Amino acid sequence: MARKLLLEHINVPGIDTYEVYRSKGGYAAVEKALKTLSPDEVVEEVKKSGLRGRGGAGFPTGMKWGFLAKPEGVARYLVCNADESEPGTFKDRYLMTYLPHLLIEGMIIGSYALGAKVSYIYVRGEMMPQIRILEKAIAEAKSAGFLGKNILGTGYDLELYVQPGGGAYICGEETALLESLEGKRGNPRIKPPFPAIAGVWGCPTVVNNVESIAAVVPIINEGGEEYAKVGVGRSTGTKLISAGGNIVKPGVYEIDLGLPVEEFLYSDEYCGGIANGKRLKAVVAGGSSVPILPANLFLKTINNEPRLMSYESLSEGGFVSGTMLGSGGFIAFDEDQCIVRNTWNFTRFYHHESCGQCSPCREGTGWMEKVLHRLEHGHGSLSDMDLLVDVSKKIEGNTICPLGDAAAWPVASAIRHFRDEFEWHVTHASEAVSRNYGLAHYADPLPKPEPAAQ
Amino acid sequence: MKVTIDGISVEVEAGTTILNAARIIGGDIVPPAMCYYSKLKDSGGKCRTCLVKVSKGSEKDPRPMPKLVASCRTTVMDGMEVQNITSPEVIEARKGIVEMLLINHPLDCPICDQAGECHLQDLGFEHGAVKTRYEFDRRTFNKIDIGDKIQLHMTRCILCYRCVYVADQITDHRIHGILNRGDHSEISTYIHAAIENDFSGNVIDVCPVGALTDKTFRFKNRVWFTNAVEAHRDCDHANCNGKVTLWYKGEEVLRVTARKDVYGEVEEFICNTCRFDKKKTADWVIEGPRKVSHKSVISSNHYEMLNPPPVVKNNPVLIEANKEQFERETRL
Repeated sequence: MARKLLLEHINVPGIDTYEVYRSKGGYAAVEKALKTLSPDEVVEEVKKSGLRGRGGAGFPTGMKWGFLAKPEGVARYLVCNADESEPGTFKDRYLMTYLPHLLIEGMIIGSYALGAKVSYIYVRGEMMPQIRILEKAIAEAKSAGFLGKNILGTGYDLELYVQPGGGAYICGEETALLESLEGKRGNPRIKPPFPAIAGVWGCPTVVNNVESIAAVVPIINEGGEEYAKVGVGRSTGTKLISAGGNIVKPGVYEIDLGLPVEEFLYSDEYCGGIANGKRLKAVVAGGSSVPILPANLFLKTINNEPRLMSYESLSEGGFVSGTMLGSGGFIAFDEDQCIVRNTWNFTRFYHHESCGQCSPCREGTGWMEKVLHRLEHGHGSLSDMDLLVDVSKKIEGNTICPLGDAAAWPVASAIRHFRDEFEWHVTHASEAVSRNYGLAHYADPLPKPEPAAQ
Repeated sequence: MKVTIDGISVEVEAGTTILNAARIIGGDIVPPAMCYYSKLKDSGGKCRTCLVKVSKGSEKDPRPMPKLVASCRTTVMDGMEVQNITSPEVIEARKGIVEMLLINHPLDCPICDQAGECHLQDLGFEHGAVKTRYEFDRRTFNKIDIGDKIQLHMTRCILCYRCVYVADQITDHRIHGILNRGDHSEISTYIHAAIENDFSGNVIDVCPVGALTDKTFRFKNRVWFTNAVEAHRDCDHANCNGKVTLWYKGEEVLRVTARKDVYGEVEEFICNTCRFDKKKTADWVIEGPRKVSHKSVISSNHYEMLNPPPVVKNNPVLIEANKEQFERETRL
């Protein structure tokens, strides 16, 4: 069994209280960082660890911290992005509910490394219990002297605030989050300038996901190089995966990056296989916005190599036959699930959550939703698939923020891999409303790649 | 800084956007802009019609930019190379954007006051497809009166946010913003509060479509039947210098607007007194007919002739008087 770095003490009763967390070695990383390391050394450790952003894009966290502009006399901010709203992802909520002090410890270290005197945790509005848990934990940490003025006698001051959001998916985009944090309408800003130059209130700001910030704690405890030994290649460390869908044991799992997907999906330690003895049809590997893959392409790459749970391996094959690790929202679909319906459901979500600022996303998501709704309910035509691909292409890359891409990818990939199911919905319209397409050939072994001619 | 757009180089100051650099060059290579407004700070970047391809980032860093960029919000770098109409990718993307802008637009041009001076009409004509592929109901809204002089018809709105920036920057306190999100978001005045501000009428001028219309002009006439005349008056409002365009039908002033430049942007914002209350010729000092581009439908059968009649071509005096028309003819 692999070592847990984040969820090591998750089963200790009362770990959400300061006393228990402290007795299990909590806040040792803060002591180590503030007393023995300089801010630049902390950044250096995070760079060495190779930690990549856990929110979805996978941008190296250390590099992001290194980009922060440091003009004289201007405040700097660290903002924690806890606006987790991606369908299929629930790891941050889990972490905040059960290990609030881990996040606060990571926030203190991160703020110290960046020289922030004030930091924010922007929590999604729907997560009211987590907001209360965090506020209680902050109060506990403050009374223990880990927050406030002159932390641990080192002369470093930090105030940490929890800001509830309004519950919009778009506020998880970092510039929209900053707008919302400032009390404005949560519309993404036009970049450049990037938040590292002009973020919240025009000051240099770093926005990090909950899990990225929490991962700083083991990095400081063990050292960046030690942390980098876990994982494979450029995907270092451990990752929380929110496993859901038709599996035996849904839940949050901490895995070492580089775990074979087959092991993750079928071993009893993790998902435990497909529920009710059914067969796997398709997988969304990293939350709703990543491309969906049929079972055969998910378990093996196009070159017939086993796929691993890592940034590189999952994206092998690009958009043609690969997907992305994303935020780790793992959704498995068994043979009874309808891909058309699922794609429509995802698109409905993006239609509802589009902020309406730029035209391709505002109009295109609604259009795709209507076409998919028509297809799902047996009123489609065979040209609809080409229309959907074309509309998704017109959205992708032409929008202000990545929500447009996130809305376009699931549709484009579902049609790429499951086109016959979409066509069946048109040609067998009356059947499609009463039964499913089934597994078809989606789990068949991939054809062996032919050796190139000598 | 030197920037090359579609093979044409121009020297511009640092901090100029690609769109403004293109406007310095002028002609067909200027990307269309529905939301950008040079007089309004922070506007632009939303409609995405001005997307261009940056094939060379700068002299120092020649890598191309990975995505198409909004030219109205991207500043030029020294040695940057930009493709607009020479890039099939840009043409294709723009066609898509125009289609997206039109899918929820009612296309009620025959009864719309903006017809003839509507930027969306021009855009659709130049870059759009003949038929739409959208087969569903379009979103509709009820008409809202913003004060007693302005009417908001949200159904036609393309959410360019220009009027919101006017409310932010030109008037002194904003009661004008956006409600809801996605394709059901709407311009609102919050609980239907009437805009009582001396400059609120400018939202009509900045609106690229017929979503905000002048109630004193509504359904009075088509713009191409009216004659545009430049005039001014001694306005006592501190921030208004009273330079306007009067739109005549016969002897009657049908409406008053600010003067707009070639890109349809107002030169100077005018106050509501000038716009709504001064509708008599006696109120104004007439300067002369307004030059209207021969490409605009408003110019039809007006002061200038596109092709001077043959008699003009034989008379040296008339040739001299119609020099501009002759030049245009040779250019065409």
